[in-house]
Amino acid sequence: MSVRIGVFICHCGTNIGGIVNVPEVVEYAQTLPNVAFTEGNLYTCSEDGLSSIRNNIKEYDLNRVVVASCTPRTHEILFRQNCELAGLNKYLFEFVNLREHCSWVHMEAHDDATLKAKDLVRMGVAKVSLLTPQEDLSTDVIRACLVIGGGISGLSASLTLASQGYHVALIEKKDRLGGLLKDINRVFPSNEPSSHLLDPLISSSSKHQNIDVYLEAELIDVKGFIGNFTVTLRQNSKTKELKVGTIIVSTGAQELQPVGSFGYNRFDNVMTQLEFEQRFKSDFDGLNRVVMINCVGARIEERKYCGRFCCITGMKNAILLKEANPEAEISILQRDIMACGKIFEDYYRTALEMGIRFIRYNVDRPPDVTGSDNVADKVRVYHELMGKDIEIDVDAVLLTTPLVPGEDNQKLSRIMRIPVGNEGYFLEAHQKLRPVEFPSDGIFLAGCARYPTDISECISQGYAAAAKAAIPMAQGQVITDAFTCEVDPSRCSACGRCVEICPFGAIDWADWKDLKGKTRSVAMVNPTECKGCGLCSSSCLSSAIKLKGFTDEEILAMVNTV
Amino acid sequence: MTRKAALVIGGGIAGIQASIDLANMGIQVYLVEKNPSIGGRMAQLDKTFPTNDCAMCILAPKMIECANHENIRLLTYSELDELTGHAGKFKAKITKKARFIEEDKCVGCGECAEKCPTKVNDEFNAGLGKRKAIYKFFPQAVPSTYVIDPDYCRTLNGKKCGVCEKICKANAVNYEQKDEVLTIEIGAVILASGFDLYNVAPLTEYGWGKIKNVLTAMQFERMICASGPTGGHLKRPSDDKEPERLAFIQCVGSRDIRHKRYCSAVCCMHATKEAILAHEHCPGLSSTIFYMDMRAVGKGFQEYVQRAKDQYAVEYIRARPGRVTENDENQNPVIHYEDTINREFRAEEFDMVILSQALVPAESNLSIAEKLGIGLDEFGFVSNPEGMTNPFGTSREGVFGCGFCQSPMDVPDSVVRASAAASKVAEVLASA
Repeated sequence: MSVRIGVFICHCGTNIGGIVNVPEVVEYAQTLPNVAFTEGNLYTCSEDGLSSIRNNIKEYDLNRVVVASCTPRTHEILFRQNCELAGLNKYLFEFVNLREHCSWVHMEAHDDATLKAKDLVRMGVAKVSLLTPQEDLSTDVIRACLVIGGGISGLSASLTLASQGYHVALIEKKDRLGGLLKDINRVFPSNEPSSHLLDPLISSSSKHQNIDVYLEAELIDVKGFIGNFTVTLRQNSKTKELKVGTIIVSTGAQELQPVGSFGYNRFDNVMTQLEFEQRFKSDFDGLNRVVMINCVGARIEERKYCGRFCCITGMKNAILLKEANPEAEISILQRDIMACGKIFEDYYRTALEMGIRFIRYNVDRPPDVTGSDNVADKVRVYHELMGKDIEIDVDAVLLTTPLVPGEDNQKLSRIMRIPVGNEGYFLEAHQKLRPVEFPSDGIFLAGCARYPTDISECISQGYAAAAKAAIPMAQGQVITDAFTCEVDPSRCSACGRCVEICPFGAIDWADWKDLKGKTRSVAMVNPTECKGCGLCSSSCLSSAIKLKGFTDEEILAMVNTV
Repeated sequence: MTRKAALVIGGGIAGIQASIDLANMGIQVYLVEKNPSIGGRMAQLDKTFPTNDCAMCILAPKMIECANHENIRLLTYSELDELTGHAGKFKAKITKKARFIEEDKCVGCGECAEKCPTKVNDEFNAGLGKRKAIYKFFPQAVPSTYVIDPDYCRTLNGKKCGVCEKICKANAVNYEQKDEVLTIEIGAVILASGFDLYNVAPLTEYGWGKIKNVLTAMQFERMICASGPTGGHLKRPSDDKEPERLAFIQCVGSRDIRHKRYCSAVCCMHATKEAILAHEHCPGLSSTIFYMDMRAVGKGFQEYVQRAKDQYAVEYIRARPGRVTENDENQNPVIHYEDTINREFRAEEFDMVILSQALVPAESNLSIAEKLGIGLDEFGFVSNPEGMTNPFGTSREGVFGCGFCQSPMDVPDSVVRASAAASKVAEVLASA
């Protein structure tokens, strides 16, 4: 059967069309070998674009499809499925990225971008001609989830999964559940003790028949893939192996200790908000004049991010102080009050109405805390609205600091091959639409391990990550991409490079009988564990390994057209 | 594989995400949307902060996944009439409004709308531009079926016309089509009815509706969007000229005890985004954002604001402008404000002013809440009696809320809440 290619070129609104001359590229694509149909679409991913692909596959008898649009990261599945709906094997599809690889990086050079777009399309057409149909692989999913971290996010995730009938292994490195919330005195905006919220969750998790809690447990190793992970723990110097289908990372974060700032460590009465909560609980005797300094260690050059809820934490402690002693003078030195949404703006208003003073300071003229011996007694600050320095007498200074990433993040990142972002927090698969998923299948993320997150958000994220983990476990099977590596045993020299290099442990030794009936040991890829990264095939000295969908012939065909 | 069923009300990003998650768990989903297409507010946005991902590019695959999923039944242009029963065993009555178009026949070619003689204000484009009385909700609508607006169609109002019926080669137009009532059985309900835009006309001090070059943020969003009424060209309504200086006024109707006292949570960031995008459209352009507190609290948001300052000529002034007037000679809006840092009153002229209007719970919440038998708070958001311990709960067991109908929140928070509500539904159905 002759190769008949359809090429669909997307304007992506103005994302591509505003820079690349799409009609010109469409016309050009028509002249390429084996191309039977071409078309430009405002959005190829819209229902209009997709139905046009389906209709033209039938009408023009197309047996290969090229879409030149955006990125396979978000859209490959969609276009592949669409080909399948029209009766075409979904692996006979090739994606050309005209947005990230062309229009977005050449915004100032329209003509050159158009030329490059033609090159990219020509390469895609050359490759698609050589693609062959492939079949998906499917594997069974173990109906159990590993939850790492027993704070409020991990507890929430564990409990909802357990109620849905899945087995949960909840591991916690400390000797108790509850995480950071356990150290917190009262919670905003209800100002009730954190134990009211936490204790019922800890007790139900400990009692639930579907949850095994491992305290003082450390994660040593994770092997395997979605549906079938083998996890090694160390608990009481013994190691233990667990089999799970999915993993949720909810390892939390910790409060920043602002060493060297604003008299911290120098004065006994200068402390962080969390230290204040632990030291004073509800007896605030002697705290009649308190100054809080917000954004300590946050929104500055070395730590650019905002702690998200620290403003509200400070407000909570100010309100508690003021409730205990309405005469107390509380000033909050702030840069912006982050009282987003419905509840927190009211909470802010309550604080204002109680007489708590909010004073804006400029990051370039930070407050100065002074005192004698080891006691701070004055805070001096430039008052922006008054345009002058003011001095406030204090009994205590509370420093509002953000959370900082958990100390184990880097280690966990290596063990599980999950990414960490610039700030040291775990990096989700997509900031906007996949906030609780990792790029690796079967591993999910919740709570402060991702970014500072308040209690109700932690609970929500715990539930959300649980929903994502429940999906493959409910389906019972996962489909793995057919683009995996394959060893040609007759060419394998058994050097072992691929076995060593594979980051997924997907290659092992196996006996193979050659044509003469002689048995020898060769490398073999387990396709369900192979992620198709191609490291083995590119490092094989005997050219014995090919990556389906990216064979030497296919790649060279692309290169040779440029 | 389908075992149990759930009803999702609202086809915006939250409702879409909840539906996909439930369907992927093997649960039958009925997704009810009052508009002719799913997509919700996100479909109206040009790009999204802080990654500048094109909104439609990341939303469209999800809309299509919803439409194609074997476990999801899309009920667009439909509304809930009644919910009876209890958690685990509800019965819902749903009216599928007449589109006056046969869904299985319409191919979405659009010839009908080209010939239709009646022009109507286009609400999808926030009132900028016109659509016809027979129309597709927006170019990437799912389903892509056209619909006839019974308020404006000449034939349906007894006047002589019938143009669309004559022109339609697929014979899809059916003026006799009637509303259809469906009864479905479900175990749980998720409400994801989203938000509406606060009407800023009563804030007469800012001149919206009187001064041509004062727009709302949603109008501006549509203007810079390639599929919008100007094809993505930024131009002043008064003279079609490209603007060089923009101003954004924050908290218009929000954080204001005369209007809505809450913070709308997303406007600091969408103003920053719109200023960045405007600069990309017109490289010489500069923007000034008048704000009270710059609430850039999400992941990557502070860096985004910094980038706006460093690379996109965006200036932030802490001030709450008191008044916007118009320079009669050039139709430039003039902003009167007190610069609180330098402590002086100023009047500054701009080419266009964009108002970051308050966002309010969908107006339809009132009637939906009554039919669902759930409580709302004083603003019309879904009330949540258990507070933070059950952030998705409502006053009725088995009915959950997610997204902006609960409280102002951005897209990532909405999809988190949506997945979380899906997990709650799975719990209910597992024990039912």
